[in-house]
Amino acid sequence: MTARNPLTALDRPNSYIGRAVPRPNLTRLLQGRGQYVSDMTLPRMGHVAFVRSPYAHAKILGIDVAEAKAMPGVIAVVTGAELAKVCSPWVGVLSHLKGLKSAPQHAIAVDRACWQGEAVCAVIAETRAQAEDAAERIFVNYEELEPVTDMERALEPDAVVIHPELGDNLAFERNLDAGEVDKAIAEADAVVEADFLFGRHTGVTLEPRAIIADWNPGEGRLTVHQGTQAPHMMQNIIAKHLDLEEAQVRVVCHDVGGSFGIKVHVYADEMAVAALSKLLRRPVKFVADRIESFNTDIHARDHRCKGKIAVKSDGTITAFVIDDITAIGPYSMYPRTSAIEANQVVNLVGGQYTNMNYRARARVVFQNKNVTCQYRAVGHPIACSVTEGLVDLAARAIGMDPAAIRRKNLIPDDAYPTGSASGLKFEALSHHASLDKLLAMMNYDALRAEQAELRKKGIYRGIGLATFIEVTNPSAAFYGVGGARISSQDGVAVRLEATGRIVVQTSITEQGQGSEAITAQVTAHALGVPMERVRVILGDTDNTPYGGGTWASRAAGIGGEAAWQAGKALKANILAVAATILQSSADALDIVNGFVVDKGTDAERLPLEEVARIAYFRPDTLPPGFQSELMVVRHFVPRQYPFAFTNGIQASYLEVDPDTGFVTLLKHWCVEDCGTVINPQLVDEQIRGGIVQGIGPALYEHCRYDENGQLTNASMADYLVPMAAEMPDIEVAHVVSPTLESELGAKGAGEAGTAGAPAAVVNAVNDALAPFDVRITEIPMTPEVILRALGKV
Amino acid sequence: MKAAAFDYARPATLDEALGLLRRHGDAAKIVSGGQSLVPALNLRLLSPEILIDIGRIDALRGITVEGGTVRIGALTRHVELMNSAPVAEKLPLVAEAIPHVAHPAIRNRGTIGGNIAHADPASEMPAVLQALDAVIVVRSADGERRIAAEEFFTGIYETALRADEIVTAVEVPAAKAGERFFFHEFARRSGDYAIVGLAVRMTVSGASASNVRLGFFAVGDKATLAEKAAAALSAGPVTAATVAAAQAALADDLTPQDDQQASAATRLHLARVVLGRAVAALLEDPSLAGRTAA
Repeated sequence: MTARNPLTALDRPNSYIGRAVPRPNLTRLLQGRGQYVSDMTLPRMGHVAFVRSPYAHAKILGIDVAEAKAMPGVIAVVTGAELAKVCSPWVGVLSHLKGLKSAPQHAIAVDRACWQGEAVCAVIAETRAQAEDAAERIFVNYEELEPVTDMERALEPDAVVIHPELGDNLAFERNLDAGEVDKAIAEADAVVEADFLFGRHTGVTLEPRAIIADWNPGEGRLTVHQGTQAPHMMQNIIAKHLDLEEAQVRVVCHDVGGSFGIKVHVYADEMAVAALSKLLRRPVKFVADRIESFNTDIHARDHRCKGKIAVKSDGTITAFVIDDITAIGPYSMYPRTSAIEANQVVNLVGGQYTNMNYRARARVVFQNKNVTCQYRAVGHPIACSVTEGLVDLAARAIGMDPAAIRRKNLIPDDAYPTGSASGLKFEALSHHASLDKLLAMMNYDALRAEQAELRKKGIYRGIGLATFIEVTNPSAAFYGVGGARISSQDGVAVRLEATGRIVVQTSITEQGQGSEAITAQVTAHALGVPMERVRVILGDTDNTPYGGGTWASRAAGIGGEAAWQAGKALKANILAVAATILQSSADALDIVNGFVVDKGTDAERLPLEEVARIAYFRPDTLPPGFQSELMVVRHFVPRQYPFAFTNGIQASYLEVDPDTGFVTLLKHWCVEDCGTVINPQLVDEQIRGGIVQGIGPALYEHCRYDENGQLTNASMADYLVPMAAEMPDIEVAHVVSPTLESELGAKGAGEAGTAGAPAAVVNAVNDALAPFDVRITEIPMTPEVILRALGKV
Repeated sequence: MKAAAFDYARPATLDEALGLLRRHGDAAKIVSGGQSLVPALNLRLLSPEILIDIGRIDALRGITVEGGTVRIGALTRHVELMNSAPVAEKLPLVAEAIPHVAHPAIRNRGTIGGNIAHADPASEMPAVLQALDAVIVVRSADGERRIAAEEFFTGIYETALRADEIVTAVEVPAAKAGERFFFHEFARRSGDYAIVGLAVRMTVSGASASNVRLGFFAVGDKATLAEKAAAALSAGPVTAATVAAAQAALADDLTPQDDQQASAATRLHLARVVLGRAVAALLEDPSLAGRTAA
């Protein structure tokens, strides 16, 4: 090591924070030794197949189950009315979303089906194939009702009201008026309007939703093996609706094949499985097949948003106005509600800019389609696409470069703490540093020159920018204050085992993003032990501290800090034991690489296994009155800010073929600021994966319903997920503004990619087609949409 | 979903398979690579009483060259076509098209016989075989029939194959001097079924084209030869006007349909675009593609 490359804290042994350490679960998963609920079999387990409504809206007049009950292998056939005796209905509202209303939803529809795919009857058999055979012999007598499908039509006075007791189909409305919008518009040099359309899409997890519920009448306990992001939330809700004490329900979350927000909700069919197990007094398993996934996994987006921007000729943005409407299916999803996305859109539009004149309306509407709810980057892609689409239109209207107008309006990096027109509080963001870094990374000026050259040859390339802010590390402000028993804090227990190894129990969960890895990293770093000695246990309400789980980009920032604090506390306790043994003082000792050492010289004094041996087996040798405490628990929740906002900017470079409407993605860049980066590889993977999940709905993904409320593309052949061959190389870089709410300083990174990617791609397509004076504000931008805009078809 | 129960037979010889097929008729389905059939079974779109697995019948394997004809056994997998030296040399259009057939995992299992017997209108091979004037060889217990490719495909998943017949081989004329080939498809994602695809064989002499066969796929209920467009291109030297006439003629030649990925109007538009690009490429004159400029 030369003087020019001095050792830093990161060069010390066990310095894991900030390093691309491989995930501890990698070998197991790559060897196919993961344990997913889909793989599990329990003794006497029954498999359920649901009969699902073929109609979007229909009265159930009768269900003939006689033939099905006589089929081979059938254990039981259970209707909604029968199951309602075991499982009470729920209403998906939160008190802080004022005026939000919804109707009681049953685990299985009782007398009416409200979307195509809603379960109306369950068959439990010894195999899934037998259950499906029997399901074909169940005859449901439906009376078709008029479906409510179009969201604007749903609000008309003569529209069918899906839940007559609610009076109308408007689930929620929020209005906001900040600053002096009318004055700003009157005084603007240019005012531009656009209607933005966002197609419905869904999460498409690699492993579908899967659950095994196992009621043991002997101990009066229900063990639920479930692919979920929030085990404690599920424990509470299953207990509540099955009329059990929470202590009677254990939720175990094994390996999960992807979640993206899809698996943080309470699904009627999964509640039905829990209730069926209690009813039948045996384990019951349900794994959604792909058609069921498309028809019943929550959908997201489906917004129509009118937007308006006012701008001065020098580029100063002086007002944003939006009018957003979204349709959420027949029920507000439980317990997080389906009003959050629209609420987020209102919160987030224009939030990266200094402008304080902002008017917004959001309306959330019931309809007879599958339910929608929170999916990766909730509301962010809508808000970012509307904001950044409007900013580009304003730039075009006044003849300003898209990068320049952003530089002019982004909140200055030295303005913090500050807030937005909608009332968001920002602790520390880095819009300008991020913009500068991005423009340098992509060589913006050279790219513009290349674009101009190629245009002369009839090649139409576009550059699209999208700045964004992202909600992470949510406090109780998200759900808790609205009355939901969804924890915003997380807990971590750390113990030194008798062998000198470390066991960590955390309330955050792992669905493939690396929660286990960052927990091990942070704990090992805090303690000064090799990561291989740390084993992490998560996803089990019997065996972890109480906490929220993994959603809303919270695991690293909140669960990570709890692990850091727990690791530090255990280290202090270990050193107290060591100081006693060594007749030294804890202040003079440290732990490095699994050894107690002299602080300063790092001279090895005792291995941790020796500390553990004495503490556990020869406590008689310790002084009277000294009690070692080699297991500690720490909890963490942010208190000062409701959310730790992050920021970033993305850019897309692509080519549009004006004859075919096909878009070729050439390159994508992202600079984002999630504060302290615990594991650069995991963060960059999150960003890249998130970007791909944002490109999906921009170009490909769409749940296509017909006018009767029938989902017409519920298969992997017809619903196009983004695939590797079409994805561009994605370069990721970071600006680091740690949050001071925690010692770790980490904010969330899980949703940043998804938040900004659609806007970047849409803006790039519009930039490419600028010579044709075309403006597209509808996603997915299929070849058809682009050809129509170009007047080719 | 899980497939409904079915019986399964794996005959060792073609005669045995044909006997089983005659006995069970419509209640049976032939399975070879299973890449279309098995998903249909799992979706319970099909519930045959018996599957007859012809995968072990060696007589249906192999690629042989006999004179000016390449004979491809029905059990030949797409990956084998992709890696075949005789195919690369004698059937450049097939070689060019094969990488567009689905994904490697599907090409490793799927067979040409299964592909054409399934007759998906968006599939590549039916158009390629028509462009190349291939013959489909089929057999029943009564004997062999030889069917021209353009007579074989009759509709969506429909062919001239009778209930007791099995595709045994395809015979494809090898490329001749002066022939040029073009293949392109517009697919949303690599490996997807195309929105529009075109396989072309033509003989080029100077600025003129003859012997023109335009095999379109995914633009109707079956892969189709665009005969009026081909005639327009064959009438004297190819100019921008001839290309425009050929593109206009596609309205008569093709019967595109709306589906998830594109409307009929978009399909017809894209068929015209790909035809222009094909002619430009084959006549080595980029201006014939008629690209849009702002």
